[in-house]
Amino acid sequence: MSGRLEVTPSQTVGPFFSIGLPWDGGPIAADGPDALTISGVVLDGEGAPIPDALVESWQTAPAGIRGFARAPTDDAGRYAIRTVKPPALGAEAPHIDVSLFCRGLLHRVVTRIYFADEQAANAADPTLARVPGDRRETLLAAPTDDGYRFDIHLQGDDETVFFAV
Amino acid sequence: MHEGFRRDAPGVHPALDDAGYKSTRLRHPRQPLVYLPQSVTELSGPQLGPERVTGALDHDLTRQHAGEPLGERIVVSGRVLDGDGRPIRDTLVEIWQANAAGRYLHKGDQHPAPLDPNFSGAGRCVTDANGRYEFITIKPGAYPWGNHHNAWRPQHIHFSLLGQAFAQRLVTQMYFPGDPLFAFDPIYNSVRDPEGRARMVSSFDLERTVPDWALAYDFDIVLRGRESTPIEEER
Repeated sequence: MSGRLEVTPSQTVGPFFSIGLPWDGGPIAADGPDALTISGVVLDGEGAPIPDALVESWQTAPAGIRGFARAPTDDAGRYAIRTVKPPALGAEAPHIDVSLFCRGLLHRVVTRIYFADEQAANAADPTLARVPGDRRETLLAAPTDDGYRFDIHLQGDDETVFFAV
Repeated sequence: MHEGFRRDAPGVHPALDDAGYKSTRLRHPRQPLVYLPQSVTELSGPQLGPERVTGALDHDLTRQHAGEPLGERIVVSGRVLDGDGRPIRDTLVEIWQANAAGRYLHKGDQHPAPLDPNFSGAGRCVTDANGRYEFITIKPGAYPWGNHHNAWRPQHIHFSLLGQAFAQRLVTQMYFPGDPLFAFDPIYNSVRDPEGRARMVSSFDLERTVPDWALAYDFDIVLRGRESTPIEEER
């Protein structure tokens, strides 16, 4: 086919992306009375926190809400984003797409945050249905006092489900 | 019906498990990726340009401080295209890099080379109606890293692209033509296809080189194109 171009290959963000990518308001996808915090830790294959990871979230959002958050992990591997829970989209349960970048990842990995307290919607979600039953729990954010907790395990027994987009 | 983005062919991007790049060892998923049909969330994306590009000099890394940085001044420009050759306009392009001595302005960079008080190493711009972007910066230095004995990174500039949708998101590195370190760098060589590696290397651009002022390098970035059929088929 004429005119078709091959894509530029991915490379790692490396250890020093924080000089260029994060910014002060970056972790806030949405704020206001309905906003909640989704936080967690990013862990490697030995369960050690990853202090140089970047979590990006994206959800469809009504006008006036950015819907995107970019949050680096801290020295303890923790990240936190401020957002609102998205609505269900047709048959799809409420979810937030996540890209994770870090030194040692040559290409982003993609996962989805679902909400553990949306059991009926989750049971009908076509994407969750593709995930082996014993791994679905890795995609469920657990309710907390101020929002939800969602840890990301890059490797290991509790490895998070990652998707090919 | 949504028009999806063409999925990347196998081998276009590096494998996540790369024996030559040690940091991948505990940081790559071992389970197979699960196929995600592209739905509304993946087919849309943030438009961050107006929020992130706030100053007239965000694209000029040589004019962000009181004085000029040391090093070889360069112009880096090109187009952001999709896989069908269509320009991607109004999209945010973010870069970050080491200074001319090969040192990043980052607490984790312990390379004993000087910091430059006139260089922060980060820039942003938005593509124009033809998908063009342009940065003015200095050529980054090569620097050592701990991957293996006498390991050095080729000179490079990190690029981050948001594209038009979540499915197009890309982070890559731009290299300079003819770098003698290419043969020894596991990150560059994590792309196995020589033609793929070549797509990460800028070319010297005499036409845009500014007489008596700065050399220019041309670097086009290609993000995924659209599926030709509206209904995506599962491989």
